[in-house]
Amino acid sequence: MENKFNLILESSPHFKTKRSTPQIMYVVILLLLPMCIAGVYFFGWAALIRILLSLVTALLTEFIFLKLRKKDISPVFDGSAAVTGILLALTLPPTLPLSDVVIGSVVAISIGKQLFGGLGYNIFNPALVGRAFLQAAFPVDMTTWVKPFYFNLDSITSATPLGGFKIDGVSTALNKLTLGNTGGCIGETSAILIIIAGIILILLKMADWKIPVSIIITVSVFAGILHLLDPVKYQDPLFYLFSGGLMLGAFFMATDMVSSPITPFGSIIFGVGIGIVVMVIRVFGGLPEGMMYSILFMNCFVPLLNRYTKPKIFGEV
Amino acid sequence: MLYAYFYLIYNNKSKKITRVMMKMKRLTFKKGIHPKEFKQITENLEIKEVPVPPKIIIPIRQHIGAPLNPVVKKGDRVKTGQIIADSEAFVSAPVHSSCTGIVKNIGDYPTPLSPSDTCIEIETEEKEEFDFDLNSNIDYKSLSKQEILKLIRRAGIVGMGGAAFPAAVKFTPPKDIHIDTVILNGCECEPYLTSDYRTMLEFPEKILEGLKIIMRAVEAERGIIGIEDNKPDAIEKMSQLVDNESNINVQAVKTKYPQGAEKMLISALTGRKIPPGALPFSIGVVVSNVGTAAAIYDAVVKNIPLYKRVLTITGEVLENPANLLVRVGTPFSFLFDYIGGFLDEVTKLILGGPMMGIAQFTPDVGITKATSGILVMGKRRVGKEFNCINCAECVNHCPIFLVPTKIVRFAKSEIWDKAEDYGAMNCIECGSCSYMCPSNIPLVHWIRVAKSKITEIKKSSGK
Ligand code: SF4
Ligand code: SF4
Repeated sequence: MENKFNLILESSPHFKTKRSTPQIMYVVILLLLPMCIAGVYFFGWAALIRILLSLVTALLTEFIFLKLRKKDISPVFDGSAAVTGILLALTLPPTLPLSDVVIGSVVAISIGKQLFGGLGYNIFNPALVGRAFLQAAFPVDMTTWVKPFYFNLDSITSATPLGGFKIDGVSTALNKLTLGNTGGCIGETSAILIIIAGIILILLKMADWKIPVSIIITVSVFAGILHLLDPVKYQDPLFYLFSGGLMLGAFFMATDMVSSPITPFGSIIFGVGIGIVVMVIRVFGGLPEGMMYSILFMNCFVPLLNRYTKPKIFGEV
Repeated sequence: MLYAYFYLIYNNKSKKITRVMMKMKRLTFKKGIHPKEFKQITENLEIKEVPVPPKIIIPIRQHIGAPLNPVVKKGDRVKTGQIIADSEAFVSAPVHSSCTGIVKNIGDYPTPLSPSDTCIEIETEEKEEFDFDLNSNIDYKSLSKQEILKLIRRAGIVGMGGAAFPAAVKFTPPKDIHIDTVILNGCECEPYLTSDYRTMLEFPEKILEGLKIIMRAVEAERGIIGIEDNKPDAIEKMSQLVDNESNINVQAVKTKYPQGAEKMLISALTGRKIPPGALPFSIGVVVSNVGTAAAIYDAVVKNIPLYKRVLTITGEVLENPANLLVRVGTPFSFLFDYIGGFLDEVTKLILGGPMMGIAQFTPDVGITKATSGILVMGKRRVGKEFNCINCAECVNHCPIFLVPTKIVRFAKSEIWDKAEDYGAMNCIECGSCSYMCPSNIPLVHWIRVAKSKITEIKKSSGK
């Protein structure tokens, strides 16, 4: 027999799905693109520059940190840093000073991810860590909003729908909210696009449906009860659902695999928790938005949730 | 073109939806995976008997349980079917010579299960002589339970689906336990393998008789033959056969991996779940592979010991994949010569299927009683390992409801007691988790490490 054998020893199984971690990351990026495009459509070049800047900074920071930690640098291209960069940009105001964008992105990757040990080890969603830092460090920059198509208008500052309602009692028409034609962050304004992209993500089994579904149900119920009690003081649930980055948070941030629970029941508690916390913050707290804090808050509980919702082993009673 | 297309669709349909399956509810278990099957490579090939190779290398450790001692010496002449290694221990099954010839050597050789273990090498002779009566035809109904079990043990029958547990031991439950159901496992859920499928098509009567013998041996009231619904013709064939058996039925189960795992199959067919750490006995069931049932028929009725078995030799790089009837101890390399060449370089040689099979480092090992297939894999891209991203794919597909990623994290940081808390010992090593993991983490490998460590620790601390 000719020598055709060049045998390798490996433990079973000997074949597997084609799906890989970078593939998941790149699909997420692909599904974030529509929101980027919408952001650029509504807010012009300013938005594009901020998205690209955040992306490049994230990749560079990842590279530098891997070098400093004397690690293999190939993870730069696994797509996870790119996801963080883009996600961060989507949650920033369109006219945020460029220096802030860079700082946010550096913080997201360095503190949010690499300090924990890199891909897979972070407790919090890195993009949200970056955003939380910016919110704390530059509160004014982070709350200066512009109207869509501001570059064609005379008066350019605007309030976000939630801010407007909370502070001035102005409500925003629902169709504006769903299409994205309102003041707000670069990629958070068009709820319709986010939902479509989010559903695709779920159908591709790259996000756990239980998380967004339980967030949405919780928020609807919570807001619905309040609205029934006092329709003047509290908006109807749809308003809460379609504003303030709730959809982006529910479909793309809370579902971040690394920082969300791995057990089925844990995911549901996680989603319900986010829903409750975000409504408490919005209704009773001082902050009009709140999605960011509620996700970060629930991220803390993930290890605990994983431990206490461990599935029952087959045959165990 | 169009005609061919419709023909294909039509053919597929008629094959998938048969008369019996229309009536039948398909049962299954929770979670699990749907790997590509690759069974079309060999499923339509009839079982071919392989000639006697010039030399045969029979590993004497072929079963789970007590080790055997050779009962022949170098230079002895042995007949086909003669016992060449045996043990007094209860949990054991003798090994028989699979040919007629001279014992050339008793020594260490690589075996499919170990890099070096005792084997008996026999130089075969052309003229075959048998150590058993070729014309025997025993009515098993005249035999007592004990006599049947004795014949099964004498014939060296072990679980032929891969586990290789001595069958006679399996059919001897503790005294106070009553077995009410015997399940025959015809799932063959491993991709690529078709040996059980071919056995069901070509020797269905043997399987059915084998089942009846087992039912008699364990005094069970009913028998169920579970077959995955990707084998409609096997379901049809077996169903026709059991039509006038009141206490035996054929049940279609969904095609899903690992449907053929003992725990999964029992839960699908009876709804009973084996508690962690327990044996099927505890819930009144014994499970046997269809191939084993056929071998039991041969052993009890025909008096033929287990020295030949059906196996699938397959893989995209083989020119002529096949279903073969092979003598135990036939070297892999002889089989390759027999069926013909390779289309490409071979990088993996696997004993068993792709999900649970064992990679071999040389083709010069002899097949065992539990070798259900040989899978030959060609060049392929090796996926790079990434960190775990908590995607939960492993959790969502583990049929035992474990949290593989956690066990592996504990194993990697050598926290063995935690790994045990997370149920490492319950893992059936089905490979579903590793199969799904997008980060290419060899989860099963790490769980195996944890299992052996935990066992070791328990042993050293005196249980
Ligand atoms: S942990 Fe064990 S039982 Fe669960 S999927 Fe992995 S190999 Fe199978
Ligand atoms: S499938 Fe792999 S990456 Fe996903 S949670 Fe399990 S171990 Fe981690």
